[in-house]
Amino acid sequence: MINRMEVIETNHMIEKENLDVRTITMGISLLDCISDDMNRLRDNIYNKIYRSAKDLVSTGEAISREYGIPIVNKRISVTPIALIGGAVCRREEDFVKIAITLDAVAKEVGVNFIGGYSALVNKGMTPADELLIRSIPQALAVTERVCSSVNLGSTKTGINMDAVRLMGEIIKETAERTKEQDSLGCAKLVVFCNAPDGNPFMAGAFHGVTEADRIINVGVSGPGVVKNALEQVRGESFEVLCETIKKTAFKVTRVGQLVAKEASRMLDVPFGIVDLSLAPTPAIGDSVADILCEIGLEQAGAPGTTAALALLNDQVKKGGVMASSYVGGLSGAFIPVSEDQGMINAVKAGALTLEKLEAMTCVCSVGLDMIAIPGSTKATTISGIIADEMAIGMVNQKTTAVRIIPVVGKDVGDTVEFGGLLGYAPIMPVNSFSCDAFVNRGGRIPAPIHSFKN
Amino acid sequence: MKKAIITVVGKDTVGIIAKVCTYLAEHQINILDISQTIVQDYFNMMMIVDIGATSQEFGTICADLEKVGEGIGVVIRCQKEEIFDSMHRV
Repeated sequence: MINRMEVIETNHMIEKENLDVRTITMGISLLDCISDDMNRLRDNIYNKIYRSAKDLVSTGEAISREYGIPIVNKRISVTPIALIGGAVCRREEDFVKIAITLDAVAKEVGVNFIGGYSALVNKGMTPADELLIRSIPQALAVTERVCSSVNLGSTKTGINMDAVRLMGEIIKETAERTKEQDSLGCAKLVVFCNAPDGNPFMAGAFHGVTEADRIINVGVSGPGVVKNALEQVRGESFEVLCETIKKTAFKVTRVGQLVAKEASRMLDVPFGIVDLSLAPTPAIGDSVADILCEIGLEQAGAPGTTAALALLNDQVKKGGVMASSYVGGLSGAFIPVSEDQGMINAVKAGALTLEKLEAMTCVCSVGLDMIAIPGSTKATTISGIIADEMAIGMVNQKTTAVRIIPVVGKDVGDTVEFGGLLGYAPIMPVNSFSCDAFVNRGGRIPAPIHSFKN
Repeated sequence: MKKAIITVVGKDTVGIIAKVCTYLAEHQINILDISQTIVQDYFNMMMIVDIGATSQEFGTICADLEKVGEGIGVVIRCQKEEIFDSMHRV
């Protein structure tokens, strides 16, 4: 039987250490909505999403009440829209109409984000893929809740450098189109290498074509819980440190598994995966950088940071894997800058640079995330940053991503405020030497030698 | 049998258990186990109850107990047992 210490421990995690279920994301396939008539397509999309997800928010709230655990976000991911709109979209504006439909149905069912305004172009672009990509700036400017992602490379296919070059321009244009809101559009746009299908976290969530018709994915979090546990083992060896992280990750993930199973049962939708990520928020004490400091660094970014992060990421996975029957998504530690008070402090103190963040992405679960850079940064420079990050993912057979915000009208020394979970960030300096000739070569980078495993 | 855990935390005062138990009795909720401590004037109680026989919605029970708690200046939480089970049992 449950004893009092265990009850107190769980409730302490929830009340004092920001333990929560970060998101329940329902993946919905839109493949059966495809039509060659625009109005019918939009009706199909609206109706299918509404029918599937109308009870998502209330179910999330009911589970939250029953177990006394906050479930912060309820979200939807859909099949990449480039595939769905290909038969009917002839102009960029056609794709934007679909984005407007997605935004409307997201508002109707009450989810805060809908992901899947996406294209998978890791090897090449179809005309529909390119049209969708070119429509992203407008789509993100006229919608509120739509999130967009583009997969630009993979270990198996190499990197599509034509698309990388294009995305540099698209990110700049998105920033320009949303300049009144500090280029907020770019916070809803991410590019990937090795994008996972069943990822519940935004902005990169989409419902892969190999998935079932509908699926429930859950993302758990709890940097505060890990930090607090590590406070109890200060000065101990790495063995003790790692064991502590593992045990804590296990407990946190078990909550996610419980919520996922319950949501799946109540909504009668199959359970997909639990993503056991340490996802920070701007709230004090909900920071991955603070964990790195607790491991023994003065600031995130100090020498030793990459090793500390590698250890943290690995132990989180090891602890979490046994706690859930299906682990997936990105799973590990996220290192967004604007969403993590400890990261923001490190940047302000001069401890953390873009180059160090790039090194950290070699060992964490995602990539360069929520980083504000000067609005004057050239499109080719952004493409160069993306290419570097894609190369890390391709060679290391891991997911990497770039969500970078060239804030129009701001420069190093300024701060940008996104609000809510997206937080705020100091503008970080970017290496200003040119990579124009490299980015403008055209074509693609071949897959690395170790991808030939067949 | 469907189990839930009720926790009460707050400043100690007369009649905390009485008020909680009265509510539970009125709604056919059976108490299976109860333990409490007082540390530096702070009251800390945990009950394991069976909610299998009650006709009340679980959400309503939680909200009602919260109100009972507000009335006596303590925080009362009611949660289904599974969250503790899954977190602490392999």
